[in-house]
Amino acid sequence: MTQAVYCIRNLLLPVITSGLILLSGCSTSPEKSENETPAQYSVEYVVRDDVTYAIDIYDPWEGFNRGMYRFNAGFDHYIFLPVVNAYTYVMPNVVEDSISSFFSNLFEINNLANSILQLKPRAALETTERFLINSTIGLAGLFDVASKWGIYEHDEDFGQTLGHYGVGEGPYIVLPIAGPSNMRDTTGLIADSLTFTEIDTLNLDDHNKRKAAFYLLNAIDRRHRTGFRYYDSGSPFEYELIRLMYTEKRKLDIAR
Amino acid sequence: MKRYAIISFALLFSTLCWADNSYDYPIDNPLAATVIGTPKAYTAELPNNIPRSDMKVVVFPDREVKKFVPRKELHYTLVRQKHAAPLVFSIAGTGASHRGAKMQLLEKAFYQAGLHVVSLPSPTYANFIVTASTNQVPGHIVHDSADLYKVMELIEEQIHDNVEVTEFYITGYSLGGAQAAFVAKLDEERNVFNFKKVLMINPPVSLFNSVSILDRMLEENIPGGANNFSAFFEDLMKDFTKVYAELENLDFNDDFLYRIYKHGGEEPNYSRIAATIGTSFRISSSNMIFTSDVMTNGGYILPKNHELGKTESTTDYYKVTNRISFTDYFNERFHPFFSKLTPGTTRKSLIHDTSLTSIADYLRSAEKIGVVHNEDDIILAPGEIDFFRDTFQSRAHIYPKGGHCGNMAYKDNVDYMINYFTN
Repeated sequence: MTQAVYCIRNLLLPVITSGLILLSGCSTSPEKSENETPAQYSVEYVVRDDVTYAIDIYDPWEGFNRGMYRFNAGFDHYIFLPVVNAYTYVMPNVVEDSISSFFSNLFEINNLANSILQLKPRAALETTERFLINSTIGLAGLFDVASKWGIYEHDEDFGQTLGHYGVGEGPYIVLPIAGPSNMRDTTGLIADSLTFTEIDTLNLDDHNKRKAAFYLLNAIDRRHRTGFRYYDSGSPFEYELIRLMYTEKRKLDIAR
Repeated sequence: MKRYAIISFALLFSTLCWADNSYDYPIDNPLAATVIGTPKAYTAELPNNIPRSDMKVVVFPDREVKKFVPRKELHYTLVRQKHAAPLVFSIAGTGASHRGAKMQLLEKAFYQAGLHVVSLPSPTYANFIVTASTNQVPGHIVHDSADLYKVMELIEEQIHDNVEVTEFYITGYSLGGAQAAFVAKLDEERNVFNFKKVLMINPPVSLFNSVSILDRMLEENIPGGANNFSAFFEDLMKDFTKVYAELENLDFNDDFLYRIYKHGGEEPNYSRIAATIGTSFRISSSNMIFTSDVMTNGGYILPKNHELGKTESTTDYYKVTNRISFTDYFNERFHPFFSKLTPGTTRKSLIHDTSLTSIADYLRSAEKIGVVHNEDDIILAPGEIDFFRDTFQSRAHIYPKGGHCGNMAYKDNVDYMINYFTN
């Protein structure tokens, strides 16, 4: 879920900054139209202050986030998905699976680091086993042999580590391209990204073209693995529902 | 002689028992079946990759596009054979899109059986309400089926040159199943498709009865009522968290819920499952009601004459819409709208017109229409299952269990559906 954003530093920071400037004009407060009359079930009449609503997630930058959500949907529709479709059209399924395994194997480094940070010896041990097995018998990570042997992936990231030690979610954030996140998880992403580039298993820092290709392919692979399609829910409340689901799913991941 | 009679009776009896027991769909509780569906090990084997094309069609070229839902085209899916073949139109259930899991299941099954498939969203799905519904007040089966018919005609024109069709079939599940029958009936007058076969999958008898049942599932199973939804939701997530943390390699894939259901020895909390079904239905009906309100400027939830901005928050409207049941919508929006459209329309006549009983004579005589259903379907009121037995006689195929559409992906069910269209 998280690694697609390793490219944040290199590609997306400029986009974010310009996006922030563009979208800071977005507002969530309704503009009153002319001759507006109250609804039969008006918000003032139905919504109560003394009731807790599950749908409420702390989202002080909602206007910006909604703008970004729309931008992401457009980007997905016009650029990301066509590229992903071309990719799946060209690649045989076996190769697609191998590419996925290859990336998962490399990012085991983050799973390991965060398992250790959360003092989970079993997860750390199994992650190490997975990395060793898949890097050797699994031909440099191209095949996920470990899962077939019953040693499963422990998906851990720094956002979860922070959550494990009681750091709250902070404001909800919709990141460019990567989508739903919050202050805590975005901090986690940056930390994980730094760890990964610091260790630099593939020696990418010396090869700029290879580096660009690596992050691009990683992004395509991740999008390919994600079934989500913008506006497919058919819900006018998709933004709210995704915000709730993201937050709840992260709570589950942290509790594990 | 007498001995033979006893033996043959015993044999007959044992075959009957055997026939009953041979249906091995694994979930006995109808609520659980409805939520969980068919566990992976029990599903029919179907191809994973089929040539699915995302298609779109403009139904109302002159309709004004709203800022909040900037869509003009209706989306649908085409699965095409390379050779001449029958084409089956498939209609989604309440609030569901043409891309939902059940629609994809039907696509795979019928594609494998050699048919072209066109998957259509439900007329209660937002994209349909916005782009293809004539009056944009969804739920009236007669009107919605006429809209579907128009969409199908446009699609037929659109694909005519590329898809070689020998004859037309139609199917649908849940509300889509009932609509399939109404579309077939309309076709008897208009004769565009001359459907050869129609299959209804788990349809409601009375739309009103079924939505009332689903409304009550939410209202009656949340301790303390709707204002306590948040607490209920928190408890539900706590349960999830507990199992999720305990079970290794549990991901949000197909068997997530089944594994939770099977986990631990304790009896599942059926009231909570019922509330979950009610919640899911409430979200569907909220989507429908709010979309309709925005499109018609109905002043029901959104202030009248207010145009929603591109990034305007809708969270408060969500809270309001969630308090409105389908039954409220029926009484407060649906009935007033249709009695204005057709003077003399009463609540009672609307309930009748949106029921299969209103076309029972047609259904009884139409040999080409069949139905698959479950004895324990949760959307049927007590005794309603007998309507299918009486009306369809041997054309009704009723399974002993499966809840509402829970067993659609089960081997026997898929075989039956395929056989229905290919034999």
